[in-house]
Amino acid sequence: MASVEIRGVRKNFGATPILHGVDLNIADGEFCVLVGPSGCGKSTLLRMIAGLENISGGEIVIGGRVVNNVPPKDRDIAMVFQNYALYPHMTVRENMAFSLRLAKAPKEVMEAETARASRILGLDPLLDRYPRQLSGGQRQRVAMGRAIVRHPQVFLFDEPLSNLDAKLRVQMRGEIKDLHQRLRTTTVYVTHDQIEAMTMADKIVVMQGGRVEQIGTPLELYDRPANLFVAGFIGSPAMNFLPGQISDGGFRPDGIDGATSLPLPARAEAGQPVVYGIRPEHLRLDENGIPVIVQLVEPTGSETMVTARLGDSTLVGAFRERVTARVGDTLRIMPDPGLAHLFNKGTGTRLGA
Amino acid sequence: MADTTAAVPWNPRRSAPGALARLLDNKAFLVFLCLLPAVGLLLVFLTYPLGLGIWLAFTDTHIGRGGEFVGLENFESLWYDQVFWNAVFYTVFYTLVATVLKFGLGLWLALLLNENVPFKSLIRAIILMPWIVPTVLSAIAFWWMFDAQFSIISYVLVDVLGWRDSYIDFLGTPWHARWSLVFANVWRGIPFVAISLLAGLQTISPSLYEAALLDGASSWQRFTKITAPLLMPILSVVLTFSVLFTFTDFQLVYAITRGGPINSTHLMATLAFQRGIPGGQLGEGAAIAVSMIPFLVLATLFSYFALSRRKWQQGGNDE
Repeated sequence: MASVEIRGVRKNFGATPILHGVDLNIADGEFCVLVGPSGCGKSTLLRMIAGLENISGGEIVIGGRVVNNVPPKDRDIAMVFQNYALYPHMTVRENMAFSLRLAKAPKEVMEAETARASRILGLDPLLDRYPRQLSGGQRQRVAMGRAIVRHPQVFLFDEPLSNLDAKLRVQMRGEIKDLHQRLRTTTVYVTHDQIEAMTMADKIVVMQGGRVEQIGTPLELYDRPANLFVAGFIGSPAMNFLPGQISDGGFRPDGIDGATSLPLPARAEAGQPVVYGIRPEHLRLDENGIPVIVQLVEPTGSETMVTARLGDSTLVGAFRERVTARVGDTLRIMPDPGLAHLFNKGTGTRLGA
Repeated sequence: MADTTAAVPWNPRRSAPGALARLLDNKAFLVFLCLLPAVGLLLVFLTYPLGLGIWLAFTDTHIGRGGEFVGLENFESLWYDQVFWNAVFYTVFYTLVATVLKFGLGLWLALLLNENVPFKSLIRAIILMPWIVPTVLSAIAFWWMFDAQFSIISYVLVDVLGWRDSYIDFLGTPWHARWSLVFANVWRGIPFVAISLLAGLQTISPSLYEAALLDGASSWQRFTKITAPLLMPILSVVLTFSVLFTFTDFQLVYAITRGGPINSTHLMATLAFQRGIPGGQLGEGAAIAVSMIPFLVLATLFSYFALSRRKWQQGGNDE
């Protein structure tokens, strides 16, 4: 096992910069998730750690060794691909033993390692099948088995769950996390799904447009997003954003007459244009709250999602109690001031602590 | 609401279906009707000529004179015919050597084109050229290149490079002629092999190579352990077709050498034509053509087994 350090890493495809200098430290045994929308450079960064893409600038260090010019097979890493990349003409057993066979490992070692991996992943009944004869989740497990047999210092996962259906995804999420608990191998995991990131990671790296937006634990990102992008990306349903002004020690949303004012979570100068962020689950029903006009009511059983208009903006609220309001009704709601966020409207950065 | 109006009453008229409509609703009749054109074409253009050819092989038909059934007489005379055995030998030689060369070079080209080379599509188009030029035209071009006096190959070797003292008589001596024809066939056949194999190579997911790279495979190992086994299904199909086409080749040889010198470059197809049409011995020509059938059946059997899905291709759903 080993730590991974990424120092000012850049990547250009031709003249197009893909990564604009990424700095990241992943501790030994840590489960680090790179998350971001398509094209943010997360997969490219992972492939650079694997050695499948060359590095345009900066350094990648695995276990104290700069690996910029080390070929992939000597980096002591194992990767699980999005499409699993199982060799279709080899059985499960041969797939898992392939790297050992190439390394000319003795037969006993090959058998012992394959047996260990298949025991860990519950693949014993499938060892003589071909990839085509497996279901998606089984293929996923074989791909992990192929990684395990090598005892790598670092596991790399490239969107491994995106080809699975929703139910299986939840199950495999648990299995991958469980595997990490048992093996304690440093893991870098790429996904575009923030729920995967939140549920699995020790450390989340949110990326956008080739830059790191924020690094932190899942709850740090949820509680204290550093900017509007992270605030909108982490959490589901997404955070509500209300553009407006600060006045009289309160927040006044744009497009509203009268004295509607929301309590401030942070100190801000009066007259400053800001964006007020509040998560749907941090809105509550309150008779003295501000009036909003209901546009859509979606009961999910455990909670009710209400979409409503407030001035120029649309708000989504998630309420534990049953909401009987109908479309067009006025509902009074109040944000929890301790859990609201303020962002600079121009730069998008967080205001206050 | 305001824009909701009552539906206008309208009863679509239902008339009883006519006799033709009822006939076309009959599944058996419809199947028969749809199959008729294809079956008709096969009967007229495939089964009838093949049957006639086989029948002729057992008669002593000449052009302009109906023949009589003579049993195996034609085949008996072929058995003692040195020219026929010569043609059998050259057909097998031609097929084997040309196929090996076509596949070696074709695979090499396909692998090159599968890499990221500049002007890939242009190169691919150029590679297809030999295939789209009509065979007879390229045969005539080769005829010039192999000419005893005007050959550009001889010119380059003798007058430009000075590696030789005398011009090569490509088509005048048996072995020179045989190799020259093999060369022309290889030139013509490479595009088919290269493009087909390239299509096969492009179906192999690049992530397999990346996975193999991480697993520690050298480029040679990636070829032998990943490319070769995954290319096998399409390779065997292309191989079968290539063998069939080469074995039954006629145009190149007939256009360049007409089977000469001293019958050394006759293929079975050209000899069958030579004996049957210009020679007028329809029965004997047909017998030579029929003698090709066992070889072709062998090749077809090979394809049958090669085409059958391998174990790793079975089961599961295609994705």
